[in-house]
Amino acid sequence: MTVMSVPILSFLIFFPLLGAVILLFANRRNVQFIKVFTLVISLIELAVSIPLFFRFDDAAKTMQFVEKADWFPEWGISYFLGIDGISLLLVLLTTFLTVICVLCSWKAIEDRVKEYYITFLFLETAMIGTLCALDLILFYVFWELMLIPMYLLIGVWGGPRRIYAAIKFFLFTMAGSVLMLVAILTLYFFYYNSTGVYTFNVLELYKASVPIAKQYWLFGAFALSFAIKVPMFPVHTWLPDAHTEAPTAGSVILAGVLLKMGTYGFIRFAIPLFPAAAIDAMPLMSILAVIGIIYGAIVSMMQPDLKRLIAFSSVSHLGYVMLGIFAFNMQGVQGGIYQMLNHGISTGGLFLIVGMIYERRHTRMISDFGGLSKVMPIFAVFFMIITLSSIALPGTNGFVGEFLILLGAFKSNVVYGTLATTGVILGAVYMLWMFQRVMFGVVTKDENRNLKDLGGREILILVCMVFFIILMGVYPKMFFKKMDTSVTEYLALVKQKSAQARILEGNTVPAKMAGEVTNTNMTR
Amino acid sequence: MIPACEFRWIMPEIMLTGWGLLLLIIGGLTRGSVASKTCGVLSVIGSACAMYFTVNLWGANQEVFNQLYTIDNYGTFFKGLFIAILILVSVVSLRYADREEIGSGEYYALLMFGVLGMMVMTSSHHFVTIFIGLEVMSLSIYVLCGLLRGNLSSVEASLKYFLLGAFATAFLLYGMAMIYGSTGLMDVAELKRFFLLKQPFSATMFIIGLGFLIVGFGFKIASVPFHMWTPDVYQGAPTSITAYMATGVKAAAFGALIRVFFTAFVPFQFGWSEIIWILAVLTMCVGNITALVQHDIKRMLAYSSIAHAGYILVAFITGDRTLASSMLYYLMAYSFMNIGAFTVVIALQKKGENNSDLDSYAGLGARHPFIALCMSIFLLSLAGVPPLAGFMGKFYVFSTAVKAQYYWLAIIGFLNSVVAAYYYLRVMMYMYFKETIGEPGAADKAPGYGLVMLICIWALLHMGIFPKTFLLMAQKAVGIFS
Repeated sequence: MTVMSVPILSFLIFFPLLGAVILLFANRRNVQFIKVFTLVISLIELAVSIPLFFRFDDAAKTMQFVEKADWFPEWGISYFLGIDGISLLLVLLTTFLTVICVLCSWKAIEDRVKEYYITFLFLETAMIGTLCALDLILFYVFWELMLIPMYLLIGVWGGPRRIYAAIKFFLFTMAGSVLMLVAILTLYFFYYNSTGVYTFNVLELYKASVPIAKQYWLFGAFALSFAIKVPMFPVHTWLPDAHTEAPTAGSVILAGVLLKMGTYGFIRFAIPLFPAAAIDAMPLMSILAVIGIIYGAIVSMMQPDLKRLIAFSSVSHLGYVMLGIFAFNMQGVQGGIYQMLNHGISTGGLFLIVGMIYERRHTRMISDFGGLSKVMPIFAVFFMIITLSSIALPGTNGFVGEFLILLGAFKSNVVYGTLATTGVILGAVYMLWMFQRVMFGVVTKDENRNLKDLGGREILILVCMVFFIILMGVYPKMFFKKMDTSVTEYLALVKQKSAQARILEGNTVPAKMAGEVTNTNMTR
Repeated sequence: MIPACEFRWIMPEIMLTGWGLLLLIIGGLTRGSVASKTCGVLSVIGSACAMYFTVNLWGANQEVFNQLYTIDNYGTFFKGLFIAILILVSVVSLRYADREEIGSGEYYALLMFGVLGMMVMTSSHHFVTIFIGLEVMSLSIYVLCGLLRGNLSSVEASLKYFLLGAFATAFLLYGMAMIYGSTGLMDVAELKRFFLLKQPFSATMFIIGLGFLIVGFGFKIASVPFHMWTPDVYQGAPTSITAYMATGVKAAAFGALIRVFFTAFVPFQFGWSEIIWILAVLTMCVGNITALVQHDIKRMLAYSSIAHAGYILVAFITGDRTLASSMLYYLMAYSFMNIGAFTVVIALQKKGENNSDLDSYAGLGARHPFIALCMSIFLLSLAGVPPLAGFMGKFYVFSTAVKAQYYWLAIIGFLNSVVAAYYYLRVMMYMYFKETIGEPGAADKAPGYGLVMLICIWALLHMGIFPKTFLLMAQKAVGIFS
């Protein structure tokens, strides 16, 4: 087991930071060196993260690649890292998308190149740290740390209304997270009062039996914080602004990874820490998720701006994820997690596509385009595949995720399932309509006649994305078997703990809900 | 009869007095830039010596001069903090005081006497000694505020601070007198024993006296509604003095306040915590909301310092004596980030300019990347973003509130830090997102400023990432209350 003892997660977290520090001393005029250096760093990072996937033990029920060291033992704060099947896939998504983002920024960023790549590497550190942290304080530190580079990415390299968008992004997210901090502290002192141990270790805190009345408050605080990040209706308003103003790579990372932090937070922290409250909140969360799905889709339909359209489609897609997670059954949760990955790939891909035509035309208005498929045939092919993935055509990754989520949703509540299914139709409407207006028909604008088709670098980026779209669409088992055990464990924990909390309260589970929950540990 | 050997316990105080007097003489003998530089260097050396003696006192526990003066970890902790502030301010002043032509002997001498007062204030549990310390400190600072003689706002600041300060001091003294009148005691430690025997004690005169004490201390820590002087004085005073006041005076006032209340008045905690609850919420909200609309960095930092006093009061309310260390830790973190931020302000000011308009920060990230980076770190720490010391401090302070089940207070506190994040980020926004406005001119680049900024950054990172040493120090310091 000598290989296992290499602190691979710490390496993944701090290697980009090291790269950023080295870049700090680079000559700012040597732009080529800075780009190549960042690319190399992100490639090494990716190369180091891939063995995680293969060395990951599918059957193990515990956290893997665990690293633990005391940080401030008097308060029970530790440096505690580890991943399970859920975070594993998200870590890989992060390292993969970072490489893509470095590549897609190659020509798009010409201003303050050095600072840009430093910010980006710093962001990668924070993201991977958030995904690996199993200590609440460590998690919170990385969680807040993600805000600064994203704030700078939007604010410095963003579009015309970037300052407004950046500040809105920062304040929304911070407002949510400070409430979470109060909840973390409350839980911490509660655990101390009941066991006499000070700890922020999540795996320990899972065991705390918090009274249900208290769970409601604490779950509320955690849920608000994560819901803002997801973003769920009605706290989604920062997202369209942030997406529209962010540079392409910023949008990709924001959609691909940062939003997943919210849904990941639900799975890792909010639900297993306060399962009884989470199950009671199921109708509320499911309704909000369904509203998000339909509202996001309808609003997207009417957007004149491509980026804004995709941003609202994110609200819709993340609604599916939340619906799946709050179905509390195997299909729903697995579908939710799978959809998290899909959304990273397909929506990330769409932002890349928009970035590419924006670089050529410096506009994102749908009305400025039309008939592009004749001018840019290669581009059209990639755009089509990614669009189809986004509307969940069978054979693409989106189908697998959405299908499972709807399956889970139907099992838990037919009404939500039915309503959510309309979102699939609406999704096809707005995406295909958008595609038609941009790509088909006759070329009406003269500026569009001489657009250059994709170059080698752009094709490379999109081939990577399409590769995963197809792979995840036709061979999902490869990914599901990584998370099977973890999700089973997670559902068993939620079920057992919520039952325990209710027994302590002396009130039994509402009959219907009990049925739902017992179903959960069936295998797929 | 005072035994001579007791003087060895107050070596830091003696050092500062001696050096201060020496600087006065040297300042009288030399002139101009030479005098300023010499006195500055001597001041740094003197404070370093005082620091040496202070460090040696760590762990000592001694009552000297007939219980009028106390040497304990609590006092020593604050002494160390004050001298650290003194050293940093002196290093900044090497260039700043020279530039503004205020750096004669008396400038540095007054800095030292001010710190002397602070040290006396926090090292005694006798009302008379505390009062003497407060007066020594205040008188030095009244003068320091007005040192920019040609500048109207500086003179105004000095006068305003003096008049209001004298008024507040009167309140404090009156409060002490009333407590003496109702109990016959001037010593906080004896009061504690007195209350243990005479519980419940509720003489009207005593209650009024307690209220007056809160008013007097509330003025010095700049809590709402006793904060009116703060923005004008902080803005008008020479910037190095603003840094000195914002950190040193506040820490000293908190030091004395915590010692007095946590030693003697814990039995009445339910009484005063309700009053201070309101004060704390008001202080946080008024400070932060008013800071939102400021367009002058110095004034904005003044309002932010009001808000930070509110955060510390949150921990004060709980009356949790073992977690009083959170306030000490916060004061330490707060001092470093504020001195750092004011140093940046100084570096960007021009000679004779005592304001610091936000517009002059536009495009700073491109013009002076290093200064902008430093300022960002200080601002992020003030905003409480991890992993900087400001976050750890806030976390610690609010965790005491959560522990004592003051949930609303903690939530109000954290929401306030979101409001605060807006105006700190606004400065960052000007530095990085905006283009340079007008002709800002060159920054005043002196190695001293860079050194101070780096020390502050190191301290903030160290306290934030490896807080252990500092926390244990703060915990040992508050050991006297248990």
